[in-house]
Amino acid sequence: MFWQKDIETISRRALEEMQLKRLKKSVRRAYNNIPFYRESFAGLNVHPKDITSLNDISKLPFTTRDDLRTYYPFGMLAVSKEQIIRLHTSSGTTGKPKAIFFSKKDVDRAAELIARCLIMTGVTKDDVLQNMMTYGLFTGALVMHYGAEKVGVLVIPAGPGNTKRQIALMQDFRTTSLHITPSYALYLSSVLENEGLNPQKDLALRRAYLGSEPYSEETRKKIERFFHIDVFNSYGLSEMNGPGVAFECMEKDGMHLWEDNFIMEIIDPETGEKLPEGEKGELVLTTLCREAMPILRYRTSDITMIMPGKCRCGRTHRRISRIAGRTDDMIIVRGVNIFPQQIERVLMGIRAVAQNYQIVLDSYDQMTVRVEISRELFDGKVDHLVDLQAEITEKLRSEILVRPKVELLEPGTLPVSEGKATRVIDKRIL
Amino acid sequence: MEQLKQVSIFSENRPGRLKKITKVLADEGVNILAINIASSNGFGVIKFIVDKSDMAFEKLKKKGFTVSVNEVLAIELKDRPGGLYEVASIISKKRINIENAYVLILGSREKAFLVIDVNDIEKAKKLLKNEKLRFFKAKK
Repeated sequence: MFWQKDIETISRRALEEMQLKRLKKSVRRAYNNIPFYRESFAGLNVHPKDITSLNDISKLPFTTRDDLRTYYPFGMLAVSKEQIIRLHTSSGTTGKPKAIFFSKKDVDRAAELIARCLIMTGVTKDDVLQNMMTYGLFTGALVMHYGAEKVGVLVIPAGPGNTKRQIALMQDFRTTSLHITPSYALYLSSVLENEGLNPQKDLALRRAYLGSEPYSEETRKKIERFFHIDVFNSYGLSEMNGPGVAFECMEKDGMHLWEDNFIMEIIDPETGEKLPEGEKGELVLTTLCREAMPILRYRTSDITMIMPGKCRCGRTHRRISRIAGRTDDMIIVRGVNIFPQQIERVLMGIRAVAQNYQIVLDSYDQMTVRVEISRELFDGKVDHLVDLQAEITEKLRSEILVRPKVELLEPGTLPVSEGKATRVIDKRIL
Repeated sequence: MEQLKQVSIFSENRPGRLKKITKVLADEGVNILAINIASSNGFGVIKFIVDKSDMAFEKLKKKGFTVSVNEVLAIELKDRPGGLYEVASIISKKRINIENAYVLILGSREKAFLVIDVNDIEKAKKLLKNEKLRFFKAKK
């Protein structure tokens, strides 16, 4: 099913023509209205008229998160204040937030992209979407909400948390689709289990959209198995509207990135050099349609690759693979580079491990992985727990090449994340 | 041979855990007859013999503890030198492998029992059936 079949299945050639036209416009808009871009163009000795082909994008300066912070609050705005109708912010854990503004058209375009995503996964007007992302300054919930309304599904603006009420809503209104973070989905499954509820029997769920935190294929499978649903991977970031930038179709093999709205590049994060399809690097995005806040060559910090080949669904917009990590959450222990997702992948593949885990960096050569054990598989035998501890340690060692200390915890010990989970605790003094 | 159940609770090694667990039992009026704690690498398993094992299991589970219940054997020990030796000899003769063992004493030294936790309880029961052993009988 398609929301805008002509655009979703447009020929590559027509798509690239459209991209070039829009890129030129976006670059001019940024250059003419945002002093930051005028200065950075001058620094690289480039001018909007130098953009004559899509490859010329590499002549343009990058935009970083720090740039957005430096020009907070209004410095990156390309329109007058009366034209903006919505503000979202994206806050790091430290430092100033980033302000993202939407014009009326921007709100509508973001909703259109979500509508494409939902229809692509089989949603119809009969569906009921329970939106468990945080409503507020965070883009996750509102952008999805507007897109789902556009499609005509019933949206339950539940927000995260209050899990018992979530379950009651799911039961009372026969929720078919969830928009949820992976960590909250795992937590929800443990609560359902404790309540003795069987999702297949007691709920009407058919699918879930998981995003806003990186997670592994094993976690997807675990959630699909538990709820008996299809889980679709969703990618977005506030700086680029929030959710709806890239999304999985029914094939569940990579996320189609809407190339009529964004130009994607994969670069080597060290050198900034462009990498070919099929090679992993940092995703860099340029907005093509944004009015209020055009952003050129934004360094997302997300590690992924452009998947070569066509998708069987017929969409021509290329796919990116599951986010492998972020350039800034890579951990270095004993000189080895480790992404938290590698650890998650191992843990979620072990049956006796429950949902929650935490990685503690004790020093530069010691890390502890704290793992909650499964309540159901506990049989009272110390030997089995000792074996489990050894199994986890060994499997982690062979994946990350560092032998971590593994602590077994009671389920429910680690802080429960009803939003984004904090998986890594860094105790090292920098 | 009557069934005797042991309640096992997983616990991290940190202060206050035993207190929390025993509070649940105290609040529910569950009487503890024996306790054993086995610990290893930062965690432990606390095992209890109580008068109301099913109820203790349910309550602990409801309170969010990681708990399981299994059947164990409790063999009466004679209160004199060599009492344990006699029982151990029989267990050894029958080649029953003990995973964990501890003592349960009733009254003021009226009766003592050796609680043994084995891998295959049915097999162990069969092997010990015709031995001259007395087993713990739970009060109804």
